[in-house]
Amino acid sequence: MDFDAILLARLQFAFTIAFHIIFPSFTIGLASFLAVLEGLWLTSRREVFRNLYLFWIKIFALSFGMGVVSGVVMSYELGTNWAEFSKMASPVIGPLLAFEVLTAFFLEASFLGVMLFGWKKVGPRLHFTATVLVAVGTLISAFWILSANSWMQHPVGYEVIADGTLRATDWLTVIFNPTFPARLAHMALAAFLTTSLVVGAASAWQLLKDRMQPESGMALRMAIGMFAIVAPLQLFAGHVSGENVRAYQPLKLAAIEAYWTTRADQPQSVLGLPDRDARKTHYEVEIPGVGNLIQGAPKDEVLKGLDSWPREDWPVVGLVYWAFRIMVGLGFAMIGLGAWGVILLLRKRVEASPWFLRACVAMGPMGFVAVVAGWIVAEVGRQPYTIYGVLRTADSVSPVGPGQVSASLLAFMVIYAIVFSAGAIYILRLIAKGPAPELEQPPEADGRAPGSPLAAAPAEPEVAP
Amino acid sequence: MTLDLPLIWAGLIALAVLMYVLLDGFDLGVGILFPFARTPGERDVMMDSIAPVWDGNETWLVLGGGGLFAAFPLAYGVLAPALYLPLILMLLALILRGVAFEFRLHGRKRGKAFWTFAFAFGSLMATIAQGFVLGGFIQGITVSDGRFAGQPFDWLTPYTLLVSAGLVAGYALLGGCWLMWKTQDQLHGDARRWASIAGGATALLLGAVSLATLFVHPRIAHRWGFDQGAFDLAAFLPHLPIPLLGAVGLAIVFIGLAKRSHGWPFLGAALVFLSGYVGLAASFFPSIVPYDIDFRTAANADNALGLMLVGIVILLPAILGYTVWVYWVFRGKVSADAGYH
Repeated sequence: MDFDAILLARLQFAFTIAFHIIFPSFTIGLASFLAVLEGLWLTSRREVFRNLYLFWIKIFALSFGMGVVSGVVMSYELGTNWAEFSKMASPVIGPLLAFEVLTAFFLEASFLGVMLFGWKKVGPRLHFTATVLVAVGTLISAFWILSANSWMQHPVGYEVIADGTLRATDWLTVIFNPTFPARLAHMALAAFLTTSLVVGAASAWQLLKDRMQPESGMALRMAIGMFAIVAPLQLFAGHVSGENVRAYQPLKLAAIEAYWTTRADQPQSVLGLPDRDARKTHYEVEIPGVGNLIQGAPKDEVLKGLDSWPREDWPVVGLVYWAFRIMVGLGFAMIGLGAWGVILLLRKRVEASPWFLRACVAMGPMGFVAVVAGWIVAEVGRQPYTIYGVLRTADSVSPVGPGQVSASLLAFMVIYAIVFSAGAIYILRLIAKGPAPELEQPPEADGRAPGSPLAAAPAEPEVAP
Repeated sequence: MTLDLPLIWAGLIALAVLMYVLLDGFDLGVGILFPFARTPGERDVMMDSIAPVWDGNETWLVLGGGGLFAAFPLAYGVLAPALYLPLILMLLALILRGVAFEFRLHGRKRGKAFWTFAFAFGSLMATIAQGFVLGGFIQGITVSDGRFAGQPFDWLTPYTLLVSAGLVAGYALLGGCWLMWKTQDQLHGDARRWASIAGGATALLLGAVSLATLFVHPRIAHRWGFDQGAFDLAAFLPHLPIPLLGAVGLAIVFIGLAKRSHGWPFLGAALVFLSGYVGLAASFFPSIVPYDIDFRTAANADNALGLMLVGIVILLPAILGYTVWVYWVFRGKVSADAGYH
């Protein structure tokens, strides 16, 4: 297969999966947030929770729809563009992806209908159950896809048989790969962080306009509680993932930290411009003597540099290096925002601090940026392999010419640009309007379209105490 | 006793695709009929009738694709590149019409008009693309050394255009019958008219596709008893129930229409699809990539198929159970539900 077709196929996959990952990383957290809100509403019967639920479910419906349709693409793109990978990997990860469809996708899709449209059709407890099942479905989905991904990063529990194909030898080892628990925790926490930052930003935006909004005040407090706890946990989960990289993918670690030479007592590169051809980092800011320490390795331990591997096995060093720094930098910003928020919470001054509210707004989209950056670290860092050390990307690609791949890439870009801009506009409009219930609601003229998820929502919770 | 895992999985994948065609078929059909509605209000009702279930319906397509990847990786790895352009077209069209469900509610004047168009156009294009995939599949795929070895536009022939037209008519029939079942008043009357036109077109095109298949593909003709002008009754007779099932389905559609039944025509349309589907299966079995790769060659490792079988034996009844429950929750006429208006 020629170089152009491989590059185009990679660009197409990177583009479609980066687009897709935005939505699950938001809806995984949002589904759980909605389940919590509905649970609180049913137990406390406080209106603020109902109003928040009815507000965020609209945004959930918009984002979930985009996640579903961009996800259907992935289930066919593996075949259209990565046929050789599919044939090679299926004996091992085929069941994992099949289980994702069977345990998660049907559950989410079926109960989503009840969650969005079933208000008057089922009782409040059954409706709450539907919300919880959708939330559980999103997490089960993350479980399987990260299990498959972990195996591609660190293939174990398989053998190569005589005809060159793979066979699983131990399913539990395949599914519960040593790199899997930390990766799943890292992704799930990232999803909760992303959601809490968006909820925080939307609420802060409302409070900047008008401090006296109980819904936005409550949502902001819940969001602060979430990211203040999760951001430090994420630092820990990320560190464990990093230790896995050092243990199982030392080449990726060398790219992340731009270790050009193999040595003990590695310096820590802070910032710079890695140059693969010159084998050095230009304009580098480095701290000598702390690299090993940051990796949790003794100072005299030899950490492999890129020179330990042939040049054709290196990933794109600059991309991995910078994506990692963006992710970690944002992670620390999130920890800072959480600490600031907790201090204000304790002083009961959250609404009264416009600079904190502005910071929340600015950090709103940063969860998405960090998630995409993290995926670049993980997936570009795995290159030039699709199955690490087993199958090279160049040998994974379908026998499809560059003409078809470039035409379809262009079509994806156009359609995704339309869908993404429209979706973003609709979500931002909702956020601008806010969760506070409108005071006057003439039954027909409130702009609420018939058939919208909320048209059938009861005005009062119908739960028996 | 050992289980014939490849055979069981061939049956399960076939079931997933059939479920997809029947379920997403009617909601794509509603999209195809969208431009013919009289008022925006009628379009709202049409969309309301499928909004709670379309996502579940489309999941069968993911099971079809993901299941093929997991159970018959060789077939997946050959068919997807061979049908590259129609598959991508289908995915893009499904994106447009899928997001339109929510976007149409949020668009203002121009936005709403655009997503109304996107829903109708996306549904139509997705159906046309599925027709290309089906037609290209029936025509046969050029394979060498376990890889697709043909040209990008191999699938594009007069035959696939005919199959596509037939599928558009068939989905419109399913959609029209669904709307007759789920709506009332003027829209119900319109749906009856759409269903009878689509029913006539489906009958004609199904006949035309069947004949064209016999003429274009001697292997299939041979299996059905037509061999270079000769007719072998003994080969044909075992297949006779299949076209009969289609005829019964069409009869139920048209008698139901004439008797002003609300629900029966949908059942009839489903039987027509079942007959076409079984007819295809009977024509190809045991090929999974016509005509070079059979399902046993393409099957995944036994331990993978076995593991998945354990999973699906537990999960499929649960999925079917809650799918039925969701349809039960949303039973009845759409506009009769006070909550929606």
